[in-house]
Amino acid sequence: MSEPATTPADPRLAPSEKPQVAFWRDPEKRGYFFQALLFLVVAFLGYEAIANAVDNLTRQKMASGFGFLNQIAGFDINQTLISYSNTSTYGRAFFVGLFNTFLVAGLGIVLATLIGFSIGVARLSSNWLVAKLAAFYVEIVRNTPLLLQLLFWYFLLINMTPQPRDSVSLGLNTYLNNRGLFLPQPVLGNGFTAVLLTFVAGLIGAWLYRRRAHALQEATGQQSPVGLVSLGLIVGLPLAAFFAAGMPLSFNPPELGRFNIRGGVQVFPEFVALLTGLTIYTAAFIAENVRAGIQAVSKGQTEAAYALGMRPGPTLDLIIIPQAMRVIIPPLTNQYLNLTKNSTLAVAIGYPDLWQVFAGTVLNQTNQAIEVIAISMAVYLFLSITTSLAMNWYNSRKALVER
Amino acid sequence: MKTLMKSVALGVTVAALAAGAASAQTLAQVKARGTLQCGSNTGLAGFGQPDAQGNWTGLDVDFCRAVSAAIFNDPTKVKFVPLSAKDRFPALQSGEIDVLSRNTTWTMSRDAAFEFGPVVYYDGQGFLVRKKMKIGSAMELSGASICVQQGTTTELNIADYFRSKNMKYEIVAFAALDETSKAYDSGRCDAFSADASALYADRLRLANPDDHVVLPEIISKEPLGPMWRQGDSQWGDVIKWTHYAMLTAEELGINQANVDEQLKSTAPDVKRLLGTEGNFGEQIGLTKDWAYRIIKHVGNYGEVFEKNVGQNSRLKIARGVNGLWNKGGLQFAPPVR
Repeated sequence: MSEPATTPADPRLAPSEKPQVAFWRDPEKRGYFFQALLFLVVAFLGYEAIANAVDNLTRQKMASGFGFLNQIAGFDINQTLISYSNTSTYGRAFFVGLFNTFLVAGLGIVLATLIGFSIGVARLSSNWLVAKLAAFYVEIVRNTPLLLQLLFWYFLLINMTPQPRDSVSLGLNTYLNNRGLFLPQPVLGNGFTAVLLTFVAGLIGAWLYRRRAHALQEATGQQSPVGLVSLGLIVGLPLAAFFAAGMPLSFNPPELGRFNIRGGVQVFPEFVALLTGLTIYTAAFIAENVRAGIQAVSKGQTEAAYALGMRPGPTLDLIIIPQAMRVIIPPLTNQYLNLTKNSTLAVAIGYPDLWQVFAGTVLNQTNQAIEVIAISMAVYLFLSITTSLAMNWYNSRKALVER
Repeated sequence: MKTLMKSVALGVTVAALAAGAASAQTLAQVKARGTLQCGSNTGLAGFGQPDAQGNWTGLDVDFCRAVSAAIFNDPTKVKFVPLSAKDRFPALQSGEIDVLSRNTTWTMSRDAAFEFGPVVYYDGQGFLVRKKMKIGSAMELSGASICVQQGTTTELNIADYFRSKNMKYEIVAFAALDETSKAYDSGRCDAFSADASALYADRLRLANPDDHVVLPEIISKEPLGPMWRQGDSQWGDVIKWTHYAMLTAEELGINQANVDEQLKSTAPDVKRLLGTEGNFGEQIGLTKDWAYRIIKHVGNYGEVFEKNVGQNSRLKIARGVNGLWNKGGLQFAPPVR
């Protein structure tokens, strides 16, 4: 560059030789211009929308802001994971709804995954009956609306279970009626924390052992009894601690009252119906993802594994599933997101999730439509993005590492 | 991302523009549009309910027909927009409907956000229970499960009632009335709570209506009336005087059958109401014969009441507090002069 070029170089290589054109004909500058223009238009629309909404709300004398979250809610919620009464605030009602959403979505994701994988594998079974039953399940569930299924499960549940006066005893102080399943409430005594600590210690120990066993197998090919040792550490150790601490756990049994059973832990039919509906619905889609994933793995992989003398079980576990996971995980993420969002259908069957409590009752009582909907949207957006990020991280670990 | 931002901005703009349209002059808009957008119940016998052919009947529905008759001289220029308890206020706020006539309780906080019209039906919250439970009073409901429709004052009244009586209960809230009543019918709840008028209507839809009884206690005041948006007093006059015209007609003994004859009446208050003297209708943006149109097409308050919820209906609700003021009730119209 220090030496000025004496001979004309290729014009494409020398930027100084670029043809001199007006700036509005320069594609690069034009690109920036249109980008900036679009940005300004979007910003203007956004500003106008917000300014207009604020202006209209002020004119209609509708208070705005988030101060209402500190006001007394005045209504009751039957299923709460945190303490709540009708003298709690709207903010607390929000958390009641949020935790109920977490509960049903979290359990739903775990159960739908388990059932979905089983059904997906079953659809590929060489057993004609098993494969056809799985296909039947998938086609029926996938092709009917979820709302209909939820109502079906709910009304099935409350119509099939007995009235409170005819409650069925399931033994161990557990009762079933159409108000729910009543379990004895565990009362934790002194020393139960120690038992929990040994359980956590057992989990960590099992994980460490598994790592060592894996390293050992990599190095020498020698296998270790991982399953047995883990069982001992995770179940055996806390159990021993439990007995050593003098069994610090008692139960508060439910008993029959005038209308219904009192005390104990109540599992509500609304919750069971919603969880069942979401799980069964989402599991059908997951089953199809799993089937697609397994079929995406070339048959040559199975044949190669058999040629090396592997049995069908380990072949599936060690050769097929790890490769299939790369295909399964991205659509699986979609299903998790769908399940979480579909949990808002709880309103139809009276389960107090976030949408029912907050965007339903709270919105109606405070008339703060914009604030309440904005908060609700932000929550579902946050849940979905968190799920996505977690699954993307998992996906990046499982993705094919190219060498 | 860009498309996402664009669509979000667009959505917000549309919402904001809709809210902008809302605060303009409703009467002029309705006249220009040629139809009245009336927010109604999704299905409550006696108040607002479509039949299999999509024909709406009910007290609230007839109120909208009366407004339409007053404006267009035609009670059919109404488009009914069925709304759940939860969706009704956003629909009114956004300008999707011109008036909400959907058994809505007039409360202070709602009045702060919207405008309320005259009370077309004085109601109160009650409880529906099974006869075989042998409950004589709401005081015996301690420990009961109660099904309600969410997004209503019902939830708040129950909470207050049980708190003040120091009784325990379990509330099960559903978004739609249908599911609420089905859940009660299936035995999920011991009691079903709503406005007493709604309970009478809903009892008829249960599998065996005779197995159920409405408890005598009324635990709240529920004045039901039409609602409209704030900042439009002319539209408010149209709404208010539609109801008052129907009341005044009943008071003066003018009904659908004799209204043409009454045009020849020489009584000054009849002449003022029917527009043969003065221009009262024109003062609120309507025509002189606005009240004549309402009575001719829809009827007076008593007729509409008896047809929809009273003795000529399946509900058989007595006039009671909804009688005229000079017959021991609360329905009172200011004078037309």
